Amino acid sequence: MSTAAAATPMSRGAMVADEVAHAGTSAIAGKSATGTISVRNLWHEYGSKIVLERVSLDVAPGSFVSITGPSGCGKSTFLRILLGQQRPSRGQILLDGAPLAPEPGPDRGVVFQRYSSFPHLSVLDNVALGLEFERAPIFGRLFGAARRRAREEAAQYLDEVGLAAEASNYPHALSGGMRQRLSIAQALIRRPKVLLLDEPFGALDPGTRESMHELVLKLWKECGMTIFLVTHDIREGFKLGTRLLVFDKVRDDPHEPERYGATITYDIAL
Amino acid sequence: MPSPRWINRAPANPRVLAAVPFALLLAGYLAGSSVRLAANPGDKLMPAPAVMVETWSSMALAEDTRTGEVLFWTDTRASLVRLGLGLAIATSLALVIGLVIGMLPYAESLLGPFVTAISMVPALAVLPILFIVFGLDELSKVVLIVIGVLPFMIRDLAQRIREIPEEQWIKAQTLGAGGLQLASRVILPQAMPRLIDSLRLSLGPAWLFLISAEAISATGGLGYRIFLVRRYMAMDVILPYVVWITLLAFASDLLLRALRRNRYPWVDAEGKG
Repeated sequence: MSTAAAATPMSRGAMVADEVAHAGTSAIAGKSATGTISVRNLWHEYGSKIVLERVSLDVAPGSFVSITGPSGCGKSTFLRILLGQQRPSRGQILLDGAPLAPEPGPDRGVVFQRYSSFPHLSVLDNVALGLEFERAPIFGRLFGAARRRAREEAAQYLDEVGLAAEASNYPHALSGGMRQRLSIAQALIRRPKVLLLDEPFGALDPGTRESMHELVLKLWKECGMTIFLVTHDIREGFKLGTRLLVFDKVRDDPHEPERYGATITYDIAL
Repeated sequence: MPSPRWINRAPANPRVLAAVPFALLLAGYLAGSSVRLAANPGDKLMPAPAVMVETWSSMALAEDTRTGEVLFWTDTRASLVRLGLGLAIATSLALVIGLVIGMLPYAESLLGPFVTAISMVPALAVLPILFIVFGLDELSKVVLIVIGVLPFMIRDLAQRIREIPEEQWIKAQTLGAGGLQLASRVILPQAMPRLIDSLRLSLGPAWLFLISAEAISATGGLGYRIFLVRRYMAMDVILPYVVWITLLAFASDLLLRALRRNRYPWVDAEGKG
């Protein structure tokens, strides 16, 4: 890794990360706060269509919650509500006891299946962007020493996900697995309390998926944030999670399939 | 073995094929010109190339005896200044308004339908109004170009901005971006190459509006000259001017394309892989 990193112009931060890693602890360990999530009787309706009904849930900080279920069961809707991308029709979600902001914010990171890196920024700048947003509150652009510092920090995260050698490339030059690594590094740099993963490995080949599983577990253990993973692969859910939720419809009216929504039908501690 | 379908065949040397229509046009003109000139040496409709070169050099290399100006270049400068001003104003306005409409649903609801309606107004139909309001000189010509291309550029840019995947808007917010930060670091940089594209598409209409305005009222400019000498059937002036305008349009398109490729190298590779 260090040879590969040294070949790139961003090697300084990467080498710092390497030294720290060799010293025994990870450069990014323990940097994430943890979040307690409480969902209180959540409903989501779309016109006359009921997507989710009566969803209640308490998640301890640092949990790894896998969410699975058939297509159209509302698992992605639930994640979007957690994210603040959609609002529930009824009910409430509390993050560490306070109502969740109704729009996306830095307390909740996200990795989508696709399109979540910025095509116009280099891999390194994609990761540094979160720090620039944090430290340059008006236009989100750092200059000089502040910019150099942000990029060095970003390089540590890139190194952590194994992308140090790609720092100066644009995202389009990356393979699917590498892009997801990038997206994870991006999401982690703001040290979110909650990390939301929306079928992040669905488009990857089995070998790559395997190594992504190891990466996510490693980062989760180091940072200790609460993770929600939506997946249609139930084995993936069992393998990664400390808790598995299955969303499905309990009631079904064949003449009016949209009359009833899905809810949590299984809640398995792993 | 059956020969492949034409949809599966490509020329080994496409440039040669591309040259064919140009060569045909040139050959056709030369043939027609020599036939007409053989029948009537005073023919003005299809002047010989030598005559055109001579006329052109008298206009481009020598000062006009009456005004002391080199007509060809003063015409070019006058036209390019009008065109450049009009396009610069239109592009800057389109950037700001397009960005606001593309990013803010409230602005979209307020201004979207209005811009769409305005873009349906044929700009040339309001040219008389512009002449009345802004007078007959430079301002009305610049305003015509702005009015002619601005609504299209705004709509195009707003549309392209809305095409930026929702995942990016959400992701940036989870990284802590507010509206201004999102605009300056995520949306604007991705809108710029698209703005250049829409500027390229606007070059044709802009030239059209420029030449129309110059034809109707001007004291100089490429379009003015063409329409002025039309009275004398001076094809030896008109044809070189038309070729020159075409070259200018072509060169500006080439320039914008190079700018887009150099400043925004990620754009064309975006869809790949």
